[in-house]
Amino acid sequence: MKKILITSLVTFMLTLNVNAGTDGQNNLSKKNPTDVKDCFENLNRATFALNQGLDKVIFKPVAKAYRGLPSPVRTGTSNVLVNLSSLVTIPNNVLQGDFKTAGVNTGRFIVNTTIGILGIFDVANKMGFSEYEKEDYGQTLGVWGVGSGCYLVLPVLGPSTIRDTAGSFVNIMGGDPYYNVSTHGNNEYLDKSDYMLTKTITGIDFRAKNLESLENLEKNSLDFYASVRSLYLQDRQRKISNTQKNPNIEVLYEGDWEELETQ
Amino acid sequence: MRLKKIFTFVLFIVISLTNISSSYSLEPDIFVQSTVNRASNALNNKFSKEEKIEKLKSIAKETVDINGIGFYTLGSYRKNITEDQKKEYTILFERYFLKSFASRLAEYSNPEIQVNSKKILNKNYTMVSSILVATEQRPEVKIDWRIYTKNPESPLIRDLIIEGLSLARTQKEEFSSIIENNEGDINALFDTLKQFIKQ
Repeated sequence: MKKILITSLVTFMLTLNVNAGTDGQNNLSKKNPTDVKDCFENLNRATFALNQGLDKVIFKPVAKAYRGLPSPVRTGTSNVLVNLSSLVTIPNNVLQGDFKTAGVNTGRFIVNTTIGILGIFDVANKMGFSEYEKEDYGQTLGVWGVGSGCYLVLPVLGPSTIRDTAGSFVNIMGGDPYYNVSTHGNNEYLDKSDYMLTKTITGIDFRAKNLESLENLEKNSLDFYASVRSLYLQDRQRKISNTQKNPNIEVLYEGDWEELETQ
Repeated sequence: MRLKKIFTFVLFIVISLTNISSSYSLEPDIFVQSTVNRASNALNNKFSKEEKIEKLKSIAKETVDINGIGFYTLGSYRKNITEDQKKEYTILFERYFLKSFASRLAEYSNPEIQVNSKKILNKNYTMVSSILVATEQRPEVKIDWRIYTKNPESPLIRDLIIEGLSLARTQKEEFSSIIENNEGDINALFDTLKQFIKQ
């Protein structure tokens, strides 16, 4: 019953997304993140304010405390989380037709899980494996040409879009082997709370790595909500274009600057 | 004999002018490295925070196209404002930019930036790629610089792209959001800028 409900929700979201794309938004959004509409801005701003409140009271103090842990502990924790994320990255490499990277990431996962003791040590990196880039189902949908749809701010989870939220649901519909094993694996080692704990630590690890940069951004922003929205959408655009894998300089949104020359 | 003298003189003038022209043309990657070195010196811990901010402001005035960024940041709204509004905006934006920019950078101490490569986009723009070297506190950060080269003798910075995220674009979308949420009234942006400058 739960699966049927989630499947219906994802289908509904993606259908809504396709409809949103019929005004030309999909084509534009491949080039320009600002063309992603903020259809629910009032609600999003309210959720953003709620998230800021939660951040101030819970996440920021926890992230600061986490920062106090010895550096090797934080690095090991971060490595374990990255290693687990490759269980979602690998199927997405395959779905995006990037079989070579899927092979490299599978090798990395095997090496780090075994020699690297459950991913605590990034042995693969020292062995010369190419740089790891996370992939998710939202990115794959983007690569397949699905438009991002409206911008969303989710409670606790933060910035997203309709497409990326739908992509996240795929994780709990069988797309994340770690979720499957911990929730439906029927084993004595892992249960659902382990999965939730892992996701929580992932959030804290991210927050701890960005304590200064987010504080600096908030302090110097005229509209912090709009800055975060812009940065999130630019980041997703870059990840979907996979420009970070390219060692050359990739230039997005060139038209805006050329337009300035014609003034 | 006289003809030979005239020829030698003309040749000397041509060579001298060529030399002058090439010696004044500044390569964008060298310009970035030199600007970074100047900023790095300004961020030396022997200076107080206020001194750092003043030094950074002075470097920014010489090396950043503040007016160009200001008008880029206004987006399509720049086409619909009056000359008086343009003048007011230019003054406000410069004060806002210098305050915000210097305050952001003054937090860093002795940043080490390595310039790696450049890509000429067209006669007006060259992108310079660099790396902010990792420290124990933070990982390596990729920074690309959009250099405005319309006047090759005096290149200017127009944007920083940090790990693929454009600072100018972020600011443009922030400004646009403020104007849109005030029914397209550009004066709302001016008021917000004034408040920020006063803080």
